Amino acid sequence: MKATVLVRPKPGILDPQGKAVEDSLKHLGFSVDGARVGRVVDLEVEASDPDQARAEVERMCAELLANPLIESYEIELAEGA
Amino acid sequence: MTEARPRVAVVVFPGSNDDRDAALALEHLGAEPVLHWHADRELPEVGAVVLPGGFSYGDYLRAGAIARFSPAMQAVADFAADGGSVLGICNGFQVLCEAGLLPGALRPNESLSFICEDVPLRVEHAGAFLTRCEAGQELTIPIKHGEGCYFADDELLAELEAGGQVVLRYRDNPNGSVDSIAGVMNAEGNVMGLMPHPEHAVDPLVGSGSTDGALILEALVDRARDRLFAAA
Repeated sequence: MKATVLVRPKPGILDPQGKAVEDSLKHLGFSVDGARVGRVVDLEVEASDPDQARAEVERMCAELLANPLIESYEIELAEGA
Repeated sequence: MTEARPRVAVVVFPGSNDDRDAALALEHLGAEPVLHWHADRELPEVGAVVLPGGFSYGDYLRAGAIARFSPAMQAVADFAADGGSVLGICNGFQVLCEAGLLPGALRPNESLSFICEDVPLRVEHAGAFLTRCEAGQELTIPIKHGEGCYFADDELLAELEAGGQVVLRYRDNPNGSVDSIAGVMNAEGNVMGLMPHPEHAVDPLVGSGSTDGALILEALVDRARDRLFAAA
């Protein structure tokens, strides 16, 4: 089963990378008000059903993929994939 | 009579690059350094452990995030749980935070620039790892890092302040660290991490000539000596 994890810097956490991207976009003439840069992790999970897969990926996030102090995460499961 | 040299392990991860400097500094300051390859599960009998600077595992995912799974890290955690002294320098500090042995996290510098310079630091709490310093004393020690911006949320910060766990602060915050924090220790006072590199400030012939780093490493050697030889 395919799962995608989106990891983001938590609101309020300084994101200098996002700031640099925002400034660069403005430099190109785009009107943007805020940019935050996170990380995408695509996974192929071995699981018998979506609930089990989600629980498994939750644990992966808590233990490694995100640092809960500074990052939030979202899990997307590709149903029927 | 010369004092006995306590053994101090310096853990070498793939990507560590200050391991030899740390070992040289420790030797210079009266310890017997032992370079310990990260894949070795068992720590030799040592009085203290240093996690050196560098870029373990290429800083993949987050700085320090992968190194904490090294076999040696389990041994380091056991050593710390047994009261052993562990000092994490720069990447070693990042590894200790990721491993949950120290509170907080380290983020990319506010400027996004890699910073390499001597910085003035203030000793916030003498004692534990800073027994050779006095509270309020100013030290000059180099930093060289891209991800040294210390973060703790308000609740954690209040806890650290109340417990006297913020041990070193930058005088002029170079990287955006919350409350200018440069070094912290755990609640028990036997694990400390700092972004500045004391091992690069022990010999007046190199760097800016500051030897203030020796004050921190000598205190670690004292702790190692106490642990190994106190019973003798």
